[in-house]
Amino acid sequence: MTSFIIRRLALSVVLLFIISIISFFIVTLTPGSPYPWGELNPKISPEVKATFRKKFHLDQPLPTQYAFIMRDLFTGNLRSIKDDRPVMSRILERLPATLSLNFTAILISLSFGTLLGVYAARYAGHWQDMASSFFAFLFIALPGFWISYIVAIVLVKNFGVPILGTQSYGIAFPNELAVILDRIWHLLLPASILALGGFAAQSRYLRATMIETTREGYIRTAHAKGLSEEVVLYKHALRNSIRPLIAGIGMLLPAMISGSVVIETIFAYPGMGRLGYEAVLERDYPTLVALNFVLAALILLGNLISDLLYAAVDPRVRLE
Amino acid sequence: MTTLTAKTIQASETETPGTRIWRRFWAQPIALISVIVILFFAITAGGTAILSATGHHWPCDPNTTNLEQKLLPPSPQHWLGTDNLGRDVLSRMLHGAGISLTVGFIAVAVSLGIGLVVGAIAGYFGGLTDQILMRSVDALLCFPTFFLILTAVAILGPSMINIVVVIGLVSWTGTARLVRGEFLTLRETEYVKGARVLGQGHWSIITRHILPNAAAPILVTAVLGIPDAILTEAGLSFLGFGVQPPQATWGNIIAEGKSYLLDAWWLNLFPGLAILLAALSFYLAINALQEAAENRS
Amino acid sequence: MSTMLEIKNLKVGFSSDIGLSPALHGVSLSLNKGETLAIVGESGSGKSVTALSITRLLPSPPAVYQGGEIFFEGQDLLKASDAELRRVRGGRIAYIFQEPSTSLNPVYTIRSQIAEMIQLHRPDVKKTTHDQDAEIIRWLDAVGINEPARRLHDYPHQLSGGMQQRVMIAMALSARPDLLIADEPTTGLDVTIQAQILDKLRELQRELGMAVLLITHNFAIIRGLAQNVAVMYRGEVVEYGETEQILHSPQHPYTKALIACIPRLGDKRRRLPTIESMRGI
Repeated sequence: MTSFIIRRLALSVVLLFIISIISFFIVTLTPGSPYPWGELNPKISPEVKATFRKKFHLDQPLPTQYAFIMRDLFTGNLRSIKDDRPVMSRILERLPATLSLNFTAILISLSFGTLLGVYAARYAGHWQDMASSFFAFLFIALPGFWISYIVAIVLVKNFGVPILGTQSYGIAFPNELAVILDRIWHLLLPASILALGGFAAQSRYLRATMIETTREGYIRTAHAKGLSEEVVLYKHALRNSIRPLIAGIGMLLPAMISGSVVIETIFAYPGMGRLGYEAVLERDYPTLVALNFVLAALILLGNLISDLLYAAVDPRVRLE
Repeated sequence: MTTLTAKTIQASETETPGTRIWRRFWAQPIALISVIVILFFAITAGGTAILSATGHHWPCDPNTTNLEQKLLPPSPQHWLGTDNLGRDVLSRMLHGAGISLTVGFIAVAVSLGIGLVVGAIAGYFGGLTDQILMRSVDALLCFPTFFLILTAVAILGPSMINIVVVIGLVSWTGTARLVRGEFLTLRETEYVKGARVLGQGHWSIITRHILPNAAAPILVTAVLGIPDAILTEAGLSFLGFGVQPPQATWGNIIAEGKSYLLDAWWLNLFPGLAILLAALSFYLAINALQEAAENRS
Repeated sequence: MSTMLEIKNLKVGFSSDIGLSPALHGVSLSLNKGETLAIVGESGSGKSVTALSITRLLPSPPAVYQGGEIFFEGQDLLKASDAELRRVRGGRIAYIFQEPSTSLNPVYTIRSQIAEMIQLHRPDVKKTTHDQDAEIIRWLDAVGINEPARRLHDYPHQLSGGMQQRVMIAMALSARPDLLIADEPTTGLDVTIQAQILDKLRELQRELGMAVLLITHNFAIIRGLAQNVAVMYRGEVVEYGETEQILHSPQHPYTKALIACIPRLGDKRRRLPTIESMRGI
């Protein structure tokens, strides 16, 4: 098991390195001026341009530029165009919000995805399976921004329910419990919408895995023992099908974090997604590059965790 | 339960894999419905494009503004209502269909192209090349896809070409992995080894032996990129980074109607429904195809 | 000698999207208490289908039980309800299968899989861990597994093929069934292990007074094991009777060919005989 962890960690470091290179390319190889920020106005004198080039190391070869950007990124010197604050601190202060949103969304995805997937597999080939498949695809095809808007408008207009941000302002709460419940509500709504596509995809994946599993020999043994259909499905088949589901978390992450860009914006949720959208609007390139890098690193971490979980659940790997 | 046909099967009865898949595909009712919807979108988009190329518009010019007629609910004159500049929503949506479908198909073509090349090289040559390429794929997969596309489009500027290329550049990874897998397996088959022994060149082996066998699963997976691209394009448009107004796209109809949503519900509902229906029918059709191709002995 | 199992004219087919392909054309055979019946035939003859049909274990769809009756201790299992069927499975009719490595659930210990059987079918064994473990160890020992106590918490993939099959046998027998159906129990194993497993089976059968239905394609192993044998070919029983008699003077050409295939020590033939496909028989 330890050798597996070490190998996996080494791989992650390599991947992180490649991610940083890709992020670097996003900035420097796009057509136009080398650092798109600070568009060089033709009216600016050559001396200023030279100073500018020196300041941003544009006269150095590419690998050196890369080293400088990476150093700036990690030491917090990369500054946002908008308010010249270090990009990293802006990102990090939004981190907890995004983490809690996505984590909740993943939990919701996994639980409902499992339920629907098992249901569809149990009735594979019959109308229940077709109906659940249809609904799964419906949720996958549902545009996130569209449904968010509809839900937001309906709730606000018809029910007057506060949904924006992480907590309701201007309301006096009777006790601590009410405050907590309010925050949970503000987290749950965007997380649920974020989870819509995810749970549908997970349910399809689990359904396919379960159907494959039920063709294995030990399922026939389980039936031969006289176990009921439910026990065979939930105890024997599901336990073997859960592993790919856990691995599937890694596949889910990029889409989910992407999705949170739109969801956070609509629900005014103060996370990294919304920061990203604001940065895009303002063409705040340092923030954008750093954000892509940090998000990719987070997803890498998520993949690592899910791989480790996968190994933990599989006795064959554990005992190597 | 299943109804049984009375005839029993002779052991020698055969049909080609293609015929079998075709028959099993159309046996599913949802397949017929989805294909009809897709054709509907395609024909309306195509028809609208042809019409406007010859200078005609149906029902009316999508760009004609008429402020006296702004924000009208659906009516016999304007089936889907008008937007905040008095433009007919139905006409704008018909043109938007063309954008969505075009982006969908071309982006998939781009990603298929890149994925094929990368996957083929990795799978065919194996070894270090394979490792390097696959690690890069893994790294690229770590990026938040939509956000990366958004960043790139913001940097490069939102135009049809940029959007299509960027989407293609970000989505080729799935295809590449699949192609690599197929090539790795097929490379070890007897007929490929035999061809190598006979001295056939790499290119000819790839095109004549490997590709025809790998084509089907690769195509089915690649085609899944179309609804994804449609949804991505809609998202980009909604955020203001898609094809720019006054060119109509489903996403920007919703975006431009954002401020009026509380009252002009038709500006949100119809384009959204269109996006949903287009993507959904592709997903359902492709799923039906996968079910038809499944080998259940 | 009372008849425990009687299969009458069993017809089974498999439905696919282009129609129904028949697998069994009217199989009839019977088994008495405490006896062993062997079903011998090549791949595709329908012997496994017959064995699995007894408790309707075939995945259905696509399997269709078209006709016939399967009487087990007086009850027609083909017409039994799901609940009744589950009562028979495991507790009164137990199975062991060909590939032990895939027949055991890889994510549960062998202890928990055998315990599942005991808890379901042996109300006489108390539910305490201690009692359950004792019973499981008893059975592991009975099938010839060394140091059974240490093996309790092993996972299937940690055991060799032969040991996995012994575990399967222990699991099946721990429910004390009246009938054990062994579907090619030794086919996937080393030749040296095969003999050991078969000997163990014979020994346990005598101890427990159990009936055994042995499915195999190997005529050579049934001698000394099975009193009666049914030879199957393409979904039909082509010869049926006492083992000694059939081995001595087979009537059906297919049986003759099968027996001729058995390699013998001191055999001077250079080429082993093969069986040509016999259409129209």
